[in-house]
Amino acid sequence: MKYGLLGKKIGMTRVYDEKGRIIPVTVVAVGGNTLLQVKTVEKDGYSAIQVGFDTQKESRLSKAEVGVCKKVGSEPKRLVGEFRLAATDKVEGELNLSANHFQAGQIVDVIGQSKGKGFQGAIKRHGYSRQPMSHGSMMHRRTGAVGCRSTPGRVWKNHGMPGHMGDERITVQNLQIVQVRDAEQVLLIRGAIPGANGGYVVVRPAKKSPLPAEVK
Amino acid sequence: MNIIQTIEQEQFKSEITSFKVGDSVRVHTRVVEGDKERIQIFTGIVIARKGTGVNASFTVRRISYGEGVERVFPIHSPRVAKIEVEKAGVARRAKLNYLRDRKGKQAMAVREKAI
Repeated sequence: MKYGLLGKKIGMTRVYDEKGRIIPVTVVAVGGNTLLQVKTVEKDGYSAIQVGFDTQKESRLSKAEVGVCKKVGSEPKRLVGEFRLAATDKVEGELNLSANHFQAGQIVDVIGQSKGKGFQGAIKRHGYSRQPMSHGSMMHRRTGAVGCRSTPGRVWKNHGMPGHMGDERITVQNLQIVQVRDAEQVLLIRGAIPGANGGYVVVRPAKKSPLPAEVK
Repeated sequence: MNIIQTIEQEQFKSEITSFKVGDSVRVHTRVVEGDKERIQIFTGIVIARKGTGVNASFTVRRISYGEGVERVFPIHSPRVAKIEVEKAGVARRAKLNYLRDRKGKQAMAVREKAI
């Protein structure tokens, strides 16, 4: 069964591999994932598991949200996410929602909310080139030309312009899990992942890489 | 202790030879050739120490066949087997980048520590 976990980005560090090479890693805490609901094709029209992560004061949740948590005997959850299952998957007994659901070497996708950059120009936002800074140039970091003349007589859709950058939901695909630390319920994922430290992320088995044989 | 500190603690070597900028050192590095491992020694002057904790590194400069060669070693790297201090030097600054502009005998001239 293919499903992921919710987690919290702790920060980055580096570890040495068995050959003595430095690997940059992001530490993601995944402890405390709780199964809240199982959605089935018959009842809900699709097959999925609903997972809760991190605790929240009861007064900050709606009665419906508290009810879902109470029903399975868990404390109120701050973050609730769903993982779609194949229609043939049957959830029976306890699901493994701890860090060791993943294994070292496995390829995963990580989804997070990227850091907000505010209102940015076209150079930073879309990677446009800037104009000369000197030699009498009076145009330095402007967007530049945005189109032609009377044909088409308008600016094409999706033309890159200044605007708000960042604070988006970003998926980074095909990152490798370097270490699974069961005692601390922590994953070490190779490379950087979106968002600030303390931000919530979704870690799921990679969509575009096969699962390792043992996980299936 | 937070998790990152715990992870970094595991990377640390239990013991590190104390050495300073200006010292002449012999760095024993593990070199893997095929499936064999051997020790290679890089000798030179420590011209910089950078970073803290697991990021700490140092730069060693030597003149090899008339050409200046610098290597940067992470202090806690398992590939650095041993650091030996040959001669303790006296450096009046933290980075000895001025040695890069020197030629001939002067290039390796760092005052030795009077014992």
